Amino acid sequence: MNAMADVTAIKTAAETALAEAFARARTLLPGSDAVDAQRAAAFALFAKAGLPHRRVEEWKYTDLRALMREAKPLAAAPGAAAKARAKTAGALLGDVESRRLVFVDGAYVPELSDTAALEPGLTITSLAKALTADDPGLTEKLGKLAPASDVAVALNTALMGDGAVIRIAAGATTERPLHLIFVAAEKPAASFVRSLVIVEEGARAMLIETHEGPPGSDYQVNAALELFVGDAAHVDHVKIIAEGADALHVSTLAAAIGAKARFNTFTFTAGGAVVRNQLFLNFDGEDTIAGIRGAALLKGRQHADTTLVANHVARGCQSREMFKTVLDGEAHGVFQGRIIVRPGAQKTDAKMMTQALLLSERAEADNKPELEIFADDVQCGHGATAGALDEELKFYLMARGIPGPEAEALLIQAFLGEAVEGIEHAGVREVLMEAVAAWLKARGA
Amino acid sequence: MPLLEIKNLRVEIDGKEILKGLDLTVGAGEVHAIMGPNGSGKSTLAYVLAGKKGYEPTAGEVLFNGRSIFDMGPDARAAAGLFLAFQYPLEIPGVATMTFLRTALNAQRKKRGEAELSTPEFLKKVREVAKKLGIDQDMLRRAVNVGFSGGEKKRNEILQMALLEPRLAVLDETDSGLDIDALKIVADGVNRLRASERAFVVITHYQRLLNYIVPDVVHVLSRGRIVRTGGKELALELEARGYAEYQEEVAA
Repeated sequence: MNAMADVTAIKTAAETALAEAFARARTLLPGSDAVDAQRAAAFALFAKAGLPHRRVEEWKYTDLRALMREAKPLAAAPGAAAKARAKTAGALLGDVESRRLVFVDGAYVPELSDTAALEPGLTITSLAKALTADDPGLTEKLGKLAPASDVAVALNTALMGDGAVIRIAAGATTERPLHLIFVAAEKPAASFVRSLVIVEEGARAMLIETHEGPPGSDYQVNAALELFVGDAAHVDHVKIIAEGADALHVSTLAAAIGAKARFNTFTFTAGGAVVRNQLFLNFDGEDTIAGIRGAALLKGRQHADTTLVANHVARGCQSREMFKTVLDGEAHGVFQGRIIVRPGAQKTDAKMMTQALLLSERAEADNKPELEIFADDVQCGHGATAGALDEELKFYLMARGIPGPEAEALLIQAFLGEAVEGIEHAGVREVLMEAVAAWLKARGA
Repeated sequence: MPLLEIKNLRVEIDGKEILKGLDLTVGAGEVHAIMGPNGSGKSTLAYVLAGKKGYEPTAGEVLFNGRSIFDMGPDARAAAGLFLAFQYPLEIPGVATMTFLRTALNAQRKKRGEAELSTPEFLKKVREVAKKLGIDQDMLRRAVNVGFSGGEKKRNEILQMALLEPRLAVLDETDSGLDIDALKIVADGVNRLRASERAFVVITHYQRLLNYIVPDVVHVLSRGRIVRTGGKELALELEARGYAEYQEEVAA
């Protein structure tokens, strides 16, 4: 470390606690010396920069230094009681058939997971196991995608304990979606999970991540997923953030997408006290079609920030982004969407739309679209709107006998439905719209 | 007891008085036409009956089946049997027509203490009514009024009226924007719903609609008040002579 560069501000309690946690945990965390060096370098980056605060442009609306008053201790291995409670995790998905991989407090629980009769071409292991075995299939790809300069990613690299490592071989298909279920136990602690998913050429997979935990516990989650989408592969990804009402959730999706591929990702946010959802998507191969969408339902004093960078490096890709946020109470929704079109990325067709529906006087929506275009034969556009429910439409519905709260519910479902429609799996669409209906019912519809 | 009694109704929009003491009595089984020049307060009357926000009654009363409607929100008035066919029906993207129709019908039935219609019963009813109005099943699967032509939107209003079976239907310039063929379909739909326990208030600027929906009573609305009442011949007289003699200044 460069002692001369130590013009650091006074460390917060959380920053100090993280440094102590890293010092203690470092020798206990899995991985070879090379991985240890990776961890150290990552932590050094964090130590120098500190937790991101509002003068860091990418974090201007989510001042993590202020929001994270303490860093919780690293979660201990889950006990029998925690594992027992985790049996019902992922219930939001209802009847949707999936292959479940369950993590409690960031640790893989094989007895709750389903790795029997794997489809040909599908390999699944846990990060802890692969790091301990120094599996080159993992280590040569680990950390290649997630931007090392991002502080949330750096912390994740430094402290990652476990996660899923999945490979789908060329041409293979998964019959059921792979469902990664991350559930926090009762005691407030911190977990750092890192997953790696490699979908090889021409393969097809659906991947669902659910993040949940109990209310009344201010646990902290830092999750990262590095996703490699091979040429001509087809990947559908759905992330459901259903954390407990007092939780802090920071998660990152970093994807490298090959040529002629189809990639869809959808984030559904309905939980957590503070949520930061980052997507770094690199379009490295030509002629790919991607849909990047999300829906968020925020109330009370929830704060949810979606920050997305779509980096078009290769030519001819089409990306469509649609994010819809419903805000009630004093909730705060943030959307930062950057589209970068590099000089060689001619014929890029990128469109971004973010819409916020404010149901109360004190809700706040911040939308920051950015376009950086360095090629000259492209079609790029963005739109951002924020507004209240259309009173004329509400009156029309009421004039037909539909009471006020139900009329609002219909309009809110229509608003979010436009984003949810983009999910190919009908069963998942249904359960998400049911979750919307439940949220509206709790509101009084 | 008359179905609808409006006595000395005064209504303001944004502090400006539009209805200036309007009186109207409508009995069950009757078809009343209200004709008037632009700015006379026709749509204001329609909206204040339906309960739209911003249309504030400052004086007078409106009794529907003997009960003041001002105690009731728009949804309660609908459940009580009031229906307004909008002049400009709205598009509701993302809300399927069938969902909208079923939600409305069952909400009203629930409010009245009636059993909700089962899905097969409901579908059967919709199919019958839609067929008579020339609305195909495909249109019903789409979002409410999205991509519908003007004529199709008006027919959709009549479809809703036929399903909801109101006691009092107020048609706000239902003929505006319609060609003769569309007009005939809409008029047939309205005429099929005539009944001894039902009444219609047909608000229109032009006489032509009244060739197809023949009124029992015609009123002239001018400067926020009913200034003349007569039989159906009054409509023909208005067509011949215009509204000029009833206007000294128009409520802009």
